[in-house]
Amino acid sequence: MRTREHFRETVLHTPFHARTSAANGMNLWHRWRDYTTADAYFDVALEYNALRNACAVFDLSPMTKHRITGPDALAFLNRLVTRDVAKLKPGRVGYCVWCDDAGQVIDDGTIFHLSENVYRLCSQERQLDWLHSAALGFDVSIVEETEEVAALAFQGPTSCAVLRQLGLAGIEMLKPFGLATFQFSGTELLVSRTGFTGDLGYELWIDPEHGITLWDQLFTAGHNYGIRPMGTLALEMSRIEAGFIAAGVDFLCADRAVRTDRTRSPLELDLERLVDFEKPNFNGRRALLAEKAHGSRHRLVKLDIAGNKPAKDAFIYDNRRNVIGTVTSAMWSPAAKSSIALASVAIPWGRPGDELYAEIYYQKELKWSRITERCRVIEGAFYDPPRRRQTPAPDL
Amino acid sequence: MGGAMTEPKRILIIGGGHNGLVCAAYLARAGRKVLLLEAAPRVGGAAITREFAPGFKVSAGAHLLHLLDPHIEKELELARHGLSYARTALKTVSLSETGEPLVLDGASVIAGKVSASDQAALASHMARVQKFARVVARQHGRIPARLASGNWREALTAAALAFDIRRLGRKDMREFLRLATMNIFDVLEDTFDGAQLKGALALDGVLGAKLGPRSGNTVFNSWYRASGDAGGRAGSFALPAGGMGAVTQALAAAAQAAGVEIRLSSPVAAVLLDGDRVSGVRLENGETLTAAVVVSNADPKTTLMKLLGARHLETEFARRVHNVRAVGTAAKLHLALSGVPNFRGLPAEHAGERLLIAPDLGYIERAFNPAKYREFSSEPVLEITLPSVHDASLAPAGKHVLSAIVQYAPHDIAGGWDTQRERFATATLAVLERYAPGLRAQIVASELLTPLDIEREFRMAGGHWHHGELSLDQFMMLRPVAGAGRYAMPVTGLYLCGAGCHPGGGVMGSAGRNAARVILKSRQAA
Repeated sequence: MRTREHFRETVLHTPFHARTSAANGMNLWHRWRDYTTADAYFDVALEYNALRNACAVFDLSPMTKHRITGPDALAFLNRLVTRDVAKLKPGRVGYCVWCDDAGQVIDDGTIFHLSENVYRLCSQERQLDWLHSAALGFDVSIVEETEEVAALAFQGPTSCAVLRQLGLAGIEMLKPFGLATFQFSGTELLVSRTGFTGDLGYELWIDPEHGITLWDQLFTAGHNYGIRPMGTLALEMSRIEAGFIAAGVDFLCADRAVRTDRTRSPLELDLERLVDFEKPNFNGRRALLAEKAHGSRHRLVKLDIAGNKPAKDAFIYDNRRNVIGTVTSAMWSPAAKSSIALASVAIPWGRPGDELYAEIYYQKELKWSRITERCRVIEGAFYDPPRRRQTPAPDL
Repeated sequence: MGGAMTEPKRILIIGGGHNGLVCAAYLARAGRKVLLLEAAPRVGGAAITREFAPGFKVSAGAHLLHLLDPHIEKELELARHGLSYARTALKTVSLSETGEPLVLDGASVIAGKVSASDQAALASHMARVQKFARVVARQHGRIPARLASGNWREALTAAALAFDIRRLGRKDMREFLRLATMNIFDVLEDTFDGAQLKGALALDGVLGAKLGPRSGNTVFNSWYRASGDAGGRAGSFALPAGGMGAVTQALAAAAQAAGVEIRLSSPVAAVLLDGDRVSGVRLENGETLTAAVVVSNADPKTTLMKLLGARHLETEFARRVHNVRAVGTAAKLHLALSGVPNFRGLPAEHAGERLLIAPDLGYIERAFNPAKYREFSSEPVLEITLPSVHDASLAPAGKHVLSAIVQYAPHDIAGGWDTQRERFATATLAVLERYAPGLRAQIVASELLTPLDIEREFRMAGGHWHHGELSLDQFMMLRPVAGAGRYAMPVTGLYLCGAGCHPGGGVMGSAGRNAARVILKSRQAA
């Protein structure tokens, strides 16, 4: 429980702050919700390379976490999100989005089915107000437990080997989106094979009091496996390569939008696989059925762009020089060896094979230049290593 | 098979209040097969006449008829089905503790102390109220337009409202727009000097609402209350012969004549769905009745949150329904009396008029104050009728019934009504005794219906007999909530037809008639 004066503490520290601040030679921080969180510790490229070639640790604690329990927990979640949560067995995790009444995406997140009628919902944004509104008429308890759970993302090809070194016997058999608990240092360590990097990796959930012990033992176990702390910038690179979308970047949270036509539906974010119209009811269903019948306005596409200039904030043109959209996330991808981007374009554009162009502004030593590059709409992730899905996980 | 194709699909109506009966009658007259389910052992909802003591009968809910839609009266031939009036164009009497009552007949004071300037101001004030009430009245029969629907018919409806206001003329249009959201306290202070006159006129701005004279929206309420023309006289009050139950009995007769089947003592427990469409209802006794169209005369909260369930609605929509303001503040007092009470200074010939205990603006505002803090008024405001003066069928010979709306008595009273009911009754009778000495000694039997009792007896959430406050933010396309102002609910096949919809409460029937028009155009009812 926080004290009455808690609001005077304007920036919060995660349970790992003693270690993350000691490691942060760059002194690069930003605010993630109420917490200060590292952009990078030493060198972004080094952190990114540790992630793709060894293993990297990301402090995930500021992620908003809710505990949802009670006899109507499943019914509540099934009304909240667009996918069918009934298919999510205990011990499994599911990626999901939820919409407002107009079928526009409010946020995305993950649902952890911890046990019968006990779920954890993780989200990018604070969602308690929306969840409480949505709970009207359900026998369900919703508690935000962000502060009660310390979390690390531990990702990369050697991550499984390091966890075995840590003593998590049988961890290699944990399937993608699976959950397992282990006894660790006198407490329970929850491990999920999940992540935001599109690589082999895990997320570790523990009582904050044991956070520092976990961090220290993880780095001891990983000493010979190239372990490094990783900041948000390297994570951002990996999530774009994986083709994952980020709230507030690739779409505007519907409850924040003031202007019309700024929000996006799941269909417009290429997330139709997460929308189960077989469910008789979920929030936004009626609006999404209407959208399916009458057509969407926008499409989120993955672009493979010629040249090597990151297409950050670029306008996208059709072949007749009409602006048809904008880039939402872009980078030069070391893994894909290409300039890649996520972009929102107007329907009907963005079909695979469409000929599109990106107008890219870039600078070298404060001199700005402009270039127009051809783009190719691609399907699937930009970078998708087989180890991401292999069970048993490769033990390098 | 061919027979099954031509057989009209059944429409179920939940609740046989006046709006449910009206809706049922119009649907049946258009050839639809209608089954009306009423929870109580009789039809009428809160518009019923019932015996509360041996030989004494009273209108259990609303006790004055003033808003009944004249189209309905004519189209459903209510006179032929038994509706007649014991008295129309009731005068209004402001009772006085000091023996100087004020008697108003329409736009003039015909007895009591009034200044010449107030008398003149009253004529122009009432003319203006009537003019603006006509604008409100013209909206009653319209199906509200959605804002920005892109539909030309709805654009026409919206334009018609704008035109109604515009054609008042430049000066009156400005006055209409200035006054519409104002509080009646300021307007009456601006217009009149006499405290008694101001009190009497303020009552129509607050009756049935959780508002005091100083609250915004009370001017609109007074226009709304004047927007009927019961018995053929605009803005006046009438007493149906046989009490309010006679209205619903006539409606039931009209509905049955049109082919409506009515099942009594059949409370509905749930609206059933097949996927995202209505498939029927389940009764409290477990019986299931199927239908592709279910029309609910129950209030919006009961229908949507209880019978349907919030989980079948969108989140924001359900929150709006949950937040509909519907805290009833009006209680109903019924007294069986051994004779006509002797109100101070009131000539016997006026005892059967509409009698008010609202002596001045400050009295009403002070009566309202406790309601804000979940307490009852120890000195309440009353609207009293003695219908048996005009209608011998309501009481044994020589005896009388008194029916009064008593404010303020908030539904959510602190401590609960079961502990407060007697205290409130005692306080109310003490006030009545001051205005009519000896009244308590005349009481043969009595009954006090608090909003909790009204909720229980008539199944109205919050005991609010308008099914939700009537105010500009809960009116027209915003009634019951934004996005549901056109009778059709988000679940396919479910409709509302009661006072919780446009144009709202009072024994009017327009909501039922408008709903029937919408349903007849729908695909499900084709």
